[in-house]
Amino acid sequence: MLELKNVSYRVSDENQEKEILKDISLKIDERFVAITGPNGGGKSTLAKVIAGIIQPTQGEIFLDGIDITNKSITERANLGISFAFQQPVRFKGLTVRDLISLSAGTKLSVDGACQYLSEVGLCARDYVDREINASLSGGELKRIEIAMILARGTKLSVFDEPEAGIDLWSFNNLIRVFEDMHRKVQGSIVIISHQERILNIADKIVVISDGKITKIGTKEEILPEIMDASTECKFYKGGC
Amino acid sequence: MDGIQMDLLEKVAGLHEIPTGAYNIRANGKSAARNTTENIDIISKTDKQGIDIIIKAGTKNETIHIPVLLSESGLQEMVYNDFYIGEDADITIIAGCGIHNEGADSSRHDGIHSFFVGKNAKIRYVEKHYGEGDGNGERIMNPTTIVKIEDGGYMEMDTVQIKGIDSTKRVTKAVLKDNATLVIKEKIMTHGHQTAETDFEVNLDGENSSTNVISRSVAKDNSRQLFLSKINGNNKCAGHTECDAIIMDHASVSAIPEITANNIDASLIHEAAIGKIAGDQIIKLMTLGLTEEEAETQIVNGFLK
Repeated sequence: MLELKNVSYRVSDENQEKEILKDISLKIDERFVAITGPNGGGKSTLAKVIAGIIQPTQGEIFLDGIDITNKSITERANLGISFAFQQPVRFKGLTVRDLISLSAGTKLSVDGACQYLSEVGLCARDYVDREINASLSGGELKRIEIAMILARGTKLSVFDEPEAGIDLWSFNNLIRVFEDMHRKVQGSIVIISHQERILNIADKIVVISDGKITKIGTKEEILPEIMDASTECKFYKGGC
Repeated sequence: MDGIQMDLLEKVAGLHEIPTGAYNIRANGKSAARNTTENIDIISKTDKQGIDIIIKAGTKNETIHIPVLLSESGLQEMVYNDFYIGEDADITIIAGCGIHNEGADSSRHDGIHSFFVGKNAKIRYVEKHYGEGDGNGERIMNPTTIVKIEDGGYMEMDTVQIKGIDSTKRVTKAVLKDNATLVIKEKIMTHGHQTAETDFEVNLDGENSSTNVISRSVAKDNSRQLFLSKINGNNKCAGHTECDAIIMDHASVSAIPEITANNIDASLIHEAAIGKIAGDQIIKLMTLGLTEEEAETQIVNGFLK
């Protein structure tokens, strides 16, 4: 279980201070937890705080009762946290197989890497030895990013907008991947998303706006409320 | 050959024993071993240090090894090797120079390699530079490569200098005739106070001639690198030069591409990028459980692979 206690994140630039996260307290031990809310509300910052990329200015974070607040990205990764970037990183020279192998923690054969890549609909043999460079499309990179999380198989996986750019492959497959993942690892999957179809599989939905948790509850409680808010409708219907 | 020399041989040529096929192993300024085949002759020069390597027309799928090993501190040499590659031949030449310097004096190998690539011949030339030893003596290599490619000929030149060479100045000059192609792939990593300069000049004289000059380098510590790449398009031709460098610590890298079109149908491109390792790349690998140092090593090794 992941627990955030009174987590805040403040940045100061020149003469003004801005609070990106304001006193967030949250427990995550459900199968699927979706974090949603308007752009700029602090969702991605929260994901980075969980992964250790951003150090909160206040508050504590616990993973299965262990205080990880001051643990590095590497230590958190080794304790069982995975993080799929919203914008996957390109690496000149490193191949798909290299990254999947690093994720799995062991040097993988073509077949070994194929196992994860075929899960995300990439015809693996064509991909394993390709470089993670500009020759791959944004959608391909997103799927490789997801395959890396599959290869890690940790107890907590955080996905920052996994649906962006994968339209060619389809949401149904993405949701199936999440369900398979849960079945295999029995861990928690946190997904930052605007998409109704992803929110629909969540056991818990957390709405973050202006750095605060404004709503939290089951999808039955939360979905009707946010779908009715006409100004936000375009997000959830797949408009962005 | 002794143990140190056998070890250098493995580092520069990947050889664990004396190779099969044609070879000439030069150790401490003398020919240590040589073999010729029916199609490949190796003859010592009589007027200066070096060899002539003569490959008969039509020779296919043969590999020639010509490693140079220096294990005597303070040895300085200048060697001239000329390669005559017959028409329609298709061969691989594996060169390489390893210096082991335990002493206080500079060890230095300067080589001038001239390639005469015959009509429609195809050659792959692989050259690896490596230095080691605990002495204060510098390890210096200055290779010059002169290339002439006849109609329809093809040459690929892979050069690698990953470690241990204190100072290098590489000069490569090429002239291409009709339909000839030259591909150069250079990989360099410098560290400490090393300096590496490379200077490429390719003259695309022939119709439909083409070249691709690609350099990937990593400069660490206080090392300095200079990359000069000049392509002259003198006919209907295609040329591309690319320098991609990662800079670390207090190193310095200069990339100076120069492309000149002297013909309306010359199509030339240059690209150069120098930058540190992107923070995102390190963070991504750390989220996979690597430490910052491990992440950096993976990125550098991948980049130079």
